[in-house]
Amino acid sequence: MSKRQVHLGAHFPGVNNTTVWRDPRAGSQVDFSSFEHLARTAERGLMDFFFLAEGLRLREQRGKIHDLDVVGRPDTLTVLNSLASVTTHLGLAGTINATFNEAAEVARQFASLDHLSGGRAAWNVVTSSDAFTGENFRRGGYLAHADRYVRAREVLDVARAFWDSWGADALVADPTTGVFARGIGEVEHHGPQFDVRGPGLLPRSPQGHPVLFQAGDSDAGREFGATYADAIFTMHGTLEAGVAFTADMRSRAVRNGRSGDDLRILPGATFVLGDTLEEAKENAREIRFLQVGPEQAVAFLEQVWGRDLTGFDPSGPLPDFEPEVASDIAQGRTRMTKDPRETARTWRQLAEANGWNARELVVEVTGRQQFVGTPGQVAAEIDAYVQADACDGFILVPHLTPTGLDEFVEKVVPLLQERGSYRTEYTGQTLRDHLGLSHPHAVPSVRATA
Amino acid sequence: MSEPLRHPVRLGVELDAAGRHPAAWRLPGARPAELFTAAHWRRLAATVDAADLDLLVVPDSFRLGSADERDQRGRLDAVAVAANLAPLTRRTGLVPVVTTTHTEPFHTQKAVATLDFTSRGRAGWQVEVSATPAEADLFGRKAAAPAQELWAEAAETVDVVRLLWDSWEDDAVVKDLATGRFVDRDKLHYVDFTGEHFSVKGPSITPRSPQGQPLVVVPVRDEPSLAVAAAHADLARLEAPDATVAARRAARLGTTTLLDVEVLLRRDASQAQEVAAHLDELSPGHGPRTLRHVGTPASLVELLHDLPAGLDGAVLVPLDLPATLELVASDVVPHLGRPPAAGTTLRDRFGLTRPASRYAVGGTR
Ligand SMILES: Cc1cc2nc3c(=O)[nH]c(=O)nc-3n(C[C@H](O)[C@H](O)[C@H](O)COP(=O)(O)O)c2cc1C
Repeated sequence: MSKRQVHLGAHFPGVNNTTVWRDPRAGSQVDFSSFEHLARTAERGLMDFFFLAEGLRLREQRGKIHDLDVVGRPDTLTVLNSLASVTTHLGLAGTINATFNEAAEVARQFASLDHLSGGRAAWNVVTSSDAFTGENFRRGGYLAHADRYVRAREVLDVARAFWDSWGADALVADPTTGVFARGIGEVEHHGPQFDVRGPGLLPRSPQGHPVLFQAGDSDAGREFGATYADAIFTMHGTLEAGVAFTADMRSRAVRNGRSGDDLRILPGATFVLGDTLEEAKENAREIRFLQVGPEQAVAFLEQVWGRDLTGFDPSGPLPDFEPEVASDIAQGRTRMTKDPRETARTWRQLAEANGWNARELVVEVTGRQQFVGTPGQVAAEIDAYVQADACDGFILVPHLTPTGLDEFVEKVVPLLQERGSYRTEYTGQTLRDHLGLSHPHAVPSVRATA
Repeated sequence: MSEPLRHPVRLGVELDAAGRHPAAWRLPGARPAELFTAAHWRRLAATVDAADLDLLVVPDSFRLGSADERDQRGRLDAVAVAANLAPLTRRTGLVPVVTTTHTEPFHTQKAVATLDFTSRGRAGWQVEVSATPAEADLFGRKAAAPAQELWAEAAETVDVVRLLWDSWEDDAVVKDLATGRFVDRDKLHYVDFTGEHFSVKGPSITPRSPQGQPLVVVPVRDEPSLAVAAAHADLARLEAPDATVAARRAARLGTTTLLDVEVLLRRDASQAQEVAAHLDELSPGHGPRTLRHVGTPASLVELLHDLPAGLDGAVLVPLDLPATLELVASDVVPHLGRPPAAGTTLRDRFGLTRPASRYAVGGTR
């Protein structure tokens, strides 16, 4: 089969501003049954993996805990290890920060997940850190933005050394000769962030290393991803932006001595289906207004305007005063824009040209990549993106917990299969198999000692 | 006071790879190639759950163990193992060890709270410290420290973990359509903890778990650990050379106490002795860490029946697996006359009520 294959991941719709909790069908974002439902649905849809995001402090706005969106989530690795028991093929991808974790510990945790799941583990390595989040950790919030990827690189260098420290045949376990394990390597690393020494604590896991994801878009972030990652989780979801981003990432991989095909590029995307295009559009509009209620609209505007907008009426025009440029009104989420005054200008023009009130404007400008249409149209569009190398597939972000993927699996997946772009059964056991990635090679810097 | 406990009420097991003895993997039936697989743990957990044991403790440490290539070495992360078993078991409490010396308390509290969600109220946490320079070298953040200091830090960790477990009141999620609020932020609390070793702002990112406070287990093996158990534990595991010493220590604890008993069982006492001797021959120098019982199921039943007052039961630590565990399930448990567990959570099993969040009781801060 020569057609490029579509890869799909299932993002659990937990804490983010696209999850609709006002819908009567919305369930718990913490009960295990919700995770189990989405994972089983994704596996029924033969998807590559289940995906969890992470946040290590509750978001704040105007100095108070943000209370409008879904708040609260369980521990990523614990959920994934429990899901490993109720699924058989589905990859299990967890976002874990490289700033507030120790390399030896996190390496062992992912190796454990890989062992217990039979080779289905993935680590989405993120770096976002600030003093705000750091207040929950001993290491503190002292890591400057410039040092984040320095540390992330060291975390991965040390983690890989641990993953490779037991050779592929170090676990002998032969009762007749009486040898349990031999040739366990000692890791030795001394760098600006870590001084680490010691043996790996686990046999090499089924995938050798867990699959590595990266999400982060600065130049340093892209370089880091192109050097270390197997897959990139990105927001560049439109066709043109996707083609440019994917080309950039593949050429960065080549510059770092890898093949462009060693990277899977996977934008996050939402979708809304209908029996007709008009119905889908109407559904999408309804969902957007549920996602951006009047209170959320004001909260968004506060993030751009950088100040308290209590009492502002979002059914009228945008604020007529200028945004504060330096402001930390929202904590725990990325500021939406680098240049708020420029953003305000553009938004005013847009609102005026289209006759939008403030809330309608927010609805229009804060949406993510969205596939809206009949199942046939959505399948065709997803396929077209992949064939054009705008990406290798998508991480689907449903807006309903936990049933948001049901309809996609029932209606869109069969049409992707008909197009010859999607598997009709799992042909491998590991996540590397699903993603078509090669097995990692041992890092030569590790010395094996008897 | 000296009336012997005829029916040890509570019974747990600690399971480690092929058993606590480092040579146990060489015994017939051990399936050593599978020790790092889910299948290994599922088989053991199925036996434990069917026998309705109260606890399954999964040990952990950042030590590789023996330097001898003939000894079993390496160990999966204990929370990972417990989480993996959570959806597959229905009754037994799942208690992973999580060490406090090198792990962030914030990570520990959310991991155990999440285990409480995925096990539907059966999670516990056994506190441990990391004493060796080898463990410190894996992190390179601080040097190894004496027991006194490590347990003081452990006590702080338990403190802040419990605060974080309470930091969401039970009814914090309101989903109020009229005001558009998902949570009532007045029911979420900054813990603002500042101790000797760390500070944590809070609240937790994880809502309050089914048990509110998962069960905190502390092993008692020296004065510092005894002090922490007395002040912070829901359940203490006593390592002691015999039941009398254990009962004396238990008297200093105001909490439920279980005696650790290393066990190796066979239907025939002399065969059990032979197996134990064989293991010591294969890997010498692994004397008992606590009372050790090598013998028949019947003699173990006797031992458990004769536990002195003041002890509430035992945690059995099989020297070999699965053989000893299978005999515990088939030939020991049915003869103990244990009443069935009351309720479905781990707290229920130990007669502990579900506590309200201290913030809810004490009013908002
Ligand atoms: C698609 C995408 C998803 C992300 N998901 C998370 C997440 O779940 N948790 C988190 O802490 N950071 C997340 N991030 C933030 C990144 O990890 C990164 O730290 C941040 O973007 C700053 O890095 P940069 O300067 O390279 O962009 C995400 C970023 C992107 C682009």
